[in-house]
Amino acid sequence: MNKIDITGFNISNISQAEFEAEFYKRNPPGAFDILKKKTAAIAGAGGLGSNIAAMLVRSGVYNLIIADYDSVELSNLNRQQFFYNQLGVLKIDALKENLLKINPFITVTAVPVKITENNAALIFSKADILIEAFDRAEMKAMLIQAWCAAFPQKYIVAASGLAGIGRGSLIKSSVYGKLIICGDQISEADEKNGLIAPRVMITAALQANCAVELLLSGGIKI
Amino acid sequence: MIEVNENKIAWHENMSVSELLKICKYSFPLIIVKVNGEFVARPEYETHLIADGSNVSVIHLMSGG
Repeated sequence: MNKIDITGFNISNISQAEFEAEFYKRNPPGAFDILKKKTAAIAGAGGLGSNIAAMLVRSGVYNLIIADYDSVELSNLNRQQFFYNQLGVLKIDALKENLLKINPFITVTAVPVKITENNAALIFSKADILIEAFDRAEMKAMLIQAWCAAFPQKYIVAASGLAGIGRGSLIKSSVYGKLIICGDQISEADEKNGLIAPRVMITAALQANCAVELLLSGGIKI
Repeated sequence: MIEVNENKIAWHENMSVSELLKICKYSFPLIIVKVNGEFVARPEYETHLIADGSNVSVIHLMSGG
């Protein structure tokens, strides 16, 4: 196969098929063909959601439904995949822009709505899998309750316990039927612990890792 | 005998989820309950009875994201 000329690279000069063949060349064999047809929903586009979305696109998941109603703030940039020229922009719009810079052929459905127990099932109904990426514990609990009640047969990958520094080996994924919890399940994001990029991103990566495995094989091997 | 988050707890007849949560002193509202891997919705805590030998997970959610 011809190597793609990256000198003065112009996306309009190559076909989608050529782009994809080269982009996903290093993926595990066969993974892209499956992931391309999958839809993942992400509830929240902050420290977890923005990082998870980028990893899913790089993995080859082509359809994303992302819900968030906040705008980018300067205090987000210590851990979230946004840039200072995006301050004040709706997070889902900024994230969509950034994701399309990674791969212009994906589909991002941006939902600028506050998720409640009444709208969660409807907004995320088309997803093969839901990823909980909220900040506040009460929102996490609400979403898990709503999703498990509405779609007991579908997986939800949530996060709990990712505040503070160090203790990387405590962050793990725990399987409770169709509910996966990533995190150490003990570190609360309070004023003492704070939130900083590495531990948030380890947890986000673990969630993305679980999501990719579930989308590819339908189960989790611990 | 039942197992709650890997701890053994004495079981008795007609033990509901809400009763178990009281025994274990899980009073916080930010929890998810699974009985033998099955999700139990919050409105069912009073009426959902736990069978002897069950494996119960009580997941307490932490803020941060």
